[in-house]
Amino acid sequence: MLAALARRLTAGVAVIVGVVTLTFCLLRLAPGDPARWLVGPNATPAQLAAQRHELGLDRPLAVQYATWLGRAARGDWGTSIASGRPVATLVAEAWPATARLVGLSLILSYLLGLLVGAVQAAQSGSRLDTALSVVSVTLFALPGYWLGLMLVMTLSYWLPLLPAFGAAGVDAPHLTGSGRLLDAVRHLALPLTTLTLIGTGGAARYFRGALLDVRAQPFVTTARAKGLSPARVLLHHMLRNALVPALVLLGLSLPALFSGAVFVEAVFAWPGVGRVLVEAVQARDYPVVTAATTISATLVVAGNLLADVLAAYADPRTRAAGA
Amino acid sequence: MRRLWGDRRGAFGIAVLSLAVLLALAAPLVTSGAPAEQRDVVGTRFLPPLATDRYHAFHPLGTDRFGRDVWTRVVYGARISLTVSGLAVLLSVLVGVAVGGAAGYAAGGVGTLLLGVTDFALALPRVVLLLLLAALWPPNAALVIVVLGLTGWMTIARLVHGEVRSLAARPFVEGASALGAGRARILGRHILPNALTPVIVAAALGVGNAVLLEAGLSFLGLGVQPPAPSWGNMIASGRDSLVNAPWVAAAPGIALAVVVVACTLLGDAIRDAYHRDVGHATWDV
Repeated sequence: MLAALARRLTAGVAVIVGVVTLTFCLLRLAPGDPARWLVGPNATPAQLAAQRHELGLDRPLAVQYATWLGRAARGDWGTSIASGRPVATLVAEAWPATARLVGLSLILSYLLGLLVGAVQAAQSGSRLDTALSVVSVTLFALPGYWLGLMLVMTLSYWLPLLPAFGAAGVDAPHLTGSGRLLDAVRHLALPLTTLTLIGTGGAARYFRGALLDVRAQPFVTTARAKGLSPARVLLHHMLRNALVPALVLLGLSLPALFSGAVFVEAVFAWPGVGRVLVEAVQARDYPVVTAATTISATLVVAGNLLADVLAAYADPRTRAAGA
Repeated sequence: MRRLWGDRRGAFGIAVLSLAVLLALAAPLVTSGAPAEQRDVVGTRFLPPLATDRYHAFHPLGTDRFGRDVWTRVVYGARISLTVSGLAVLLSVLVGVAVGGAAGYAAGGVGTLLLGVTDFALALPRVVLLLLLAALWPPNAALVIVVLGLTGWMTIARLVHGEVRSLAARPFVEGASALGAGRARILGRHILPNALTPVIVAAALGVGNAVLLEAGLSFLGLGVQPPAPSWGNMIASGRDSLVNAPWVAAAPGIALAVVVVACTLLGDAIRDAYHRDVGHATWDV
């Protein structure tokens, strides 16, 4: 168990070093000189040379790479070209908003997806199963930014119920206690619904398959033959065994959820990492883009690792196979 | 193929995708005018669906803020979206089959190295990588194809690797080897053709994903550039007129969703028709 964990940790660190290396190579391969972006079109050659020196671009590639790795390891991402603020501060300010949105949507879409998947598996082949399949595959296929816009159109413009963008109203600093909480919840409602609906579509598809696989196992037949009620078989025998695929799904769906969050944050002006990333890309703010890339890759690797560990904890068979 | 038609999901998927490809190919025949055509902008902008303008031109899906026909742009957008996604998936399949085939058939170090590279690429968040590349190079359709292709081959490589490993142990491979066939010939003529079903499934799902991602990049202004119509940049341009002209953003989104649903259902149907478990590739966004 420990040896397997150590091996996975090493692999995870290797992936993160790989990401840092990859961003370094891509930045050097890309057309255009980052120094030129910083000094602007009217700079003299001397000013350009001074900027190149400050960025370390005049040093040998190997030295630049070593410096790059060292700074990445210390979390020193430089300053944003667009805002002049330290990149580490920008990202540190943004990530709680993303974590809140993605975390809540993960929990909600898991619960809803499990519910829908369980109903479908219990009634597989029925009209209800078909109808729910159509709904889940459609939700899964919808682009998040488009679903978000449609929700804004109906719930913010036609029926003015919910705010269309941001994480807090302009008057939020003047609100107290419950008023402030209500304001935060109202602002969270639309982006969370968008991400959750799409996540539910995927989760329901997955859980339906996982539960049907479990149902074909001999121990389910045994439980039925013992005369247990269908509800008890589902709750005590099938769900417990569908837990491992659920944990695997957690690892698999993290990158997807994060990707979804990038677009949804862009639509709803949600002040998270995704929006920071998109705005940095549009402004060609390289230091912010590379930092956001590396940090999100790290989060995804960490999520996968956590899912592996949890799956090993939940299923003795994987534990033995992984060791 | 017959089994696919018998499956309602397969029939729906094939029908919708054929219709979309047909419409895209026949774009000049089923639309009136060019996708970027603007006539009297003031007089023809934001016409609702089913309206006829002062030139007696009929607009089944209305017009956008430059008076351009939304139906025409959706159909021409299908050309771009489907071409970009199709070529991207083709690139993914080529790279994936090459890497997966080599990894599965080459024993020892090379195989391990290739699998390691695949796992590394699989661990990267695809959208973030896409955004990084789109930020570094000036956006255009060719870049989107290359970027989508080079970030989508890993699932296919894993699937091909698994298939090749199990096929390589089968008697007919041993037979071919005994007859004196070389390793490259065995891999190319005997193993890979038998490993194609999961690749087709992954490709069908991959086209759906690629359509979504291309639209996403174009929506953010990092993909296909206006005035060329792509479903993504059409949704982006309809965003500002959501209140008074919701059809501008709604129409391309519905087209997008229908095509992606068709790809997903077709992938499911092919998988079930051949009773192969290809894992849960739908999650590889």
